[in-house]
Amino acid sequence: MKRGFAILAAAACALAGAMAVRATPPDGVNEAAILEDAMPRTLAEYGFFIDAREQVPREGVTPYWLNTPLYSDGADKLRFVYIPDGEQALANGADLLLFPVGTALIKTFAFGRGEERRLIETRLLLHRENGWVALPYRWNEEQTEARLAVAGGRTEVTTPAGETISYRIPNKNQCKECHGVDDAVVPIGPKARNMSATWLAGLVESGSLDRMPAGANSMPYWSHESSGPLELRARAYLDVNCAHCHRPGATASNSGLDLRWEQRDPEALGVMKRPVAAGRGSGGHLFDIVPGEPDASIMVHRMRSSEPGVAMPELGKATVDEDGVAIVERWIAEMRR
Amino acid sequence: MTRLNLLCAAAVAAVAMPLAAETHSVEPGESAQERLQEALILAQPGDEVVLGAGRYDLSDGLSLDVDGVTVRGAGMDETVLDFTGQQGSGEGLLVTSDNVTLRDFALENPKGDGVKSKGADNIVYHRVRVTWTDGPDANNGAYGIYPVESTGVLVDGSKVSGASDAGIYVGQSRDITVRNSIAEANVAGIEIENSRNALVENNIVTRNTGGILVFDLPDLPVMGGGNVVVRQNLVVANDTANFAPPGNIVASVRRGTGVLVMANDKVLVENNIFDNNPTSHVMVIAYTQPFEDERYNPHAREVVIGQNLFGRGGDDPQLDGAEMLLAAFGGALPPVMWDGVAEGESGLVVVPGIAGWTLNLAEPGQDLATAQPGPLQVPAPENEFDMSGIGAPAELENRLK
Repeated sequence: MKRGFAILAAAACALAGAMAVRATPPDGVNEAAILEDAMPRTLAEYGFFIDAREQVPREGVTPYWLNTPLYSDGADKLRFVYIPDGEQALANGADLLLFPVGTALIKTFAFGRGEERRLIETRLLLHRENGWVALPYRWNEEQTEARLAVAGGRTEVTTPAGETISYRIPNKNQCKECHGVDDAVVPIGPKARNMSATWLAGLVESGSLDRMPAGANSMPYWSHESSGPLELRARAYLDVNCAHCHRPGATASNSGLDLRWEQRDPEALGVMKRPVAAGRGSGGHLFDIVPGEPDASIMVHRMRSSEPGVAMPELGKATVDEDGVAIVERWIAEMRR
Repeated sequence: MTRLNLLCAAAVAAVAMPLAAETHSVEPGESAQERLQEALILAQPGDEVVLGAGRYDLSDGLSLDVDGVTVRGAGMDETVLDFTGQQGSGEGLLVTSDNVTLRDFALENPKGDGVKSKGADNIVYHRVRVTWTDGPDANNGAYGIYPVESTGVLVDGSKVSGASDAGIYVGQSRDITVRNSIAEANVAGIEIENSRNALVENNIVTRNTGGILVFDLPDLPVMGGGNVVVRQNLVVANDTANFAPPGNIVASVRRGTGVLVMANDKVLVENNIFDNNPTSHVMVIAYTQPFEDERYNPHAREVVIGQNLFGRGGDDPQLDGAEMLLAAFGGALPPVMWDGVAEGESGLVVVPGIAGWTLNLAEPGQDLATAQPGPLQVPAPENEFDMSGIGAPAELENRLK
């Protein structure tokens, strides 16, 4: 158990470090915490926020938004990116921005509005020399501190729909279940196609991005019904909510279903595709998508379910995304045979 | 502060440096979910996570993503991971790292699959039990033991019952051995799908809808299944009504199928004991559904039926026109059934002395109404079956001690 002791000692030492930090707040983001091969025990050690409770970021930590976001039981998600001073992200067409080593992507999940807002967890993706590392931090009841929770956990929350649910904070491995491609951890959200051109232009202007990515801002805005044709909205939804697993090299690769934005083959997208390992998830249906028949499509059946073993996505949500189901239903209903 | 910092430096160094293998002990009780998951995350390559005897009430799926870790319980009836109250995840335990050994524990009532190991090369399952405790039920999870997209798989001394798809399912993998295991009361007992170099031996498969299934399916990243040997298994009384949710390929398996070979290349079925499989002890067929995947071959090719012991069977077949067929064949169908669909001359060979019958179909997917059932007349095997490369890598054996 020697190493067990060592970890305890490291934890104690991290605590001491955190206390020291709080006594004399550093001026900037703690780049060592991002880069070093360790798991800081508290979110405070990184120094991303001037006021973490209110999610006021320090200079250099930039908030961003996505045109079409991932559904997470209706949680408010506050996203930030930190790119080290003097470093530069590279445009990669409409795809993921290529962030330099030292980058941190920060995402806080919250429920409730105004005074009632309760922070649940902050997930970090840290770009280290050996690749990206995903770490979950869980906020305490007092909302004074977010501590590393490698094993994740559950907590009761009330969704915007008024439903009280047992909300799952993912464990460290589950981070990789969604963020893994070809056995490496990668970011999912910050793809140029799903980000505002204005925001990206700002990043270029400040020197943190090498140039304006081609195909930026090409995905529709989820919250604006008129922002794009039905098919694009449905495909954007599937890309953002499903394709991190349902693509080659990722967690659900063995299903043969590929829901990425760039996929054009109808069969790969599920049209008249038979299930492989759906089990009772098939709901008695024969195909993932039957054009014109959402009620006969396994995809819709699984999106409508909140039961583990049937529900899709498997991770990151406990409730049904009614708006998401509606758009995919309409897309399938209008699909020509 | 200086002394503390020195200690810190030492501690951090100790965490970073590879040390001799360690044991992380976990006992059942309060917060077992977090403690067990934390042990699986903090383990380093070479470490053992040891699960004490007792029942672990788990609310979420567990996962392991560290190479070379052994997860060891106190026995498949002593250490029970109970997922009856599972609220999330698609499986009980997910393994995504290589050289992992899972042994001597059980999972009960996972909401989705039991243990799934994906892209997890050289994995050993030894004396692992997965049970859905209410018996056959369409609401049970799909697969009990579920290695997929892996090279090097050894399943030994394990036991699965109640899976609504397949008890032991190996998919899109290579170099596989499934042996000394029991698959009971699943839709499919053991299934080898889109996989190569598989040895299925010394198992007991009973009370499933179908005993042992060897398949290749279209539209998957990995296809071209073949080089499969099914030998020395007890394939008895697979007579449970099919309870798979429709839509899944196994939902089409007829109750009472012993061994089913569909769309595969080079399969040997030899030295098994078959008894009381009421549709057919052995069934060899082409894939029956339409498909567009150009990479896919729907035929059963070079299938060899060697000596086997056939008891009663084929006496209550779940087939259209069963009464007429039974009358024609004298009350029971012969032990080997073929659809007659061959690619060139390379369909099926059977050792002399084993009776069979054929549907005399010509094309994959041909309407069964056009079948012309008759006695099976196929050549005897000419060459010895090439066993080279079949089975799990020998070094996996070393982990069974």
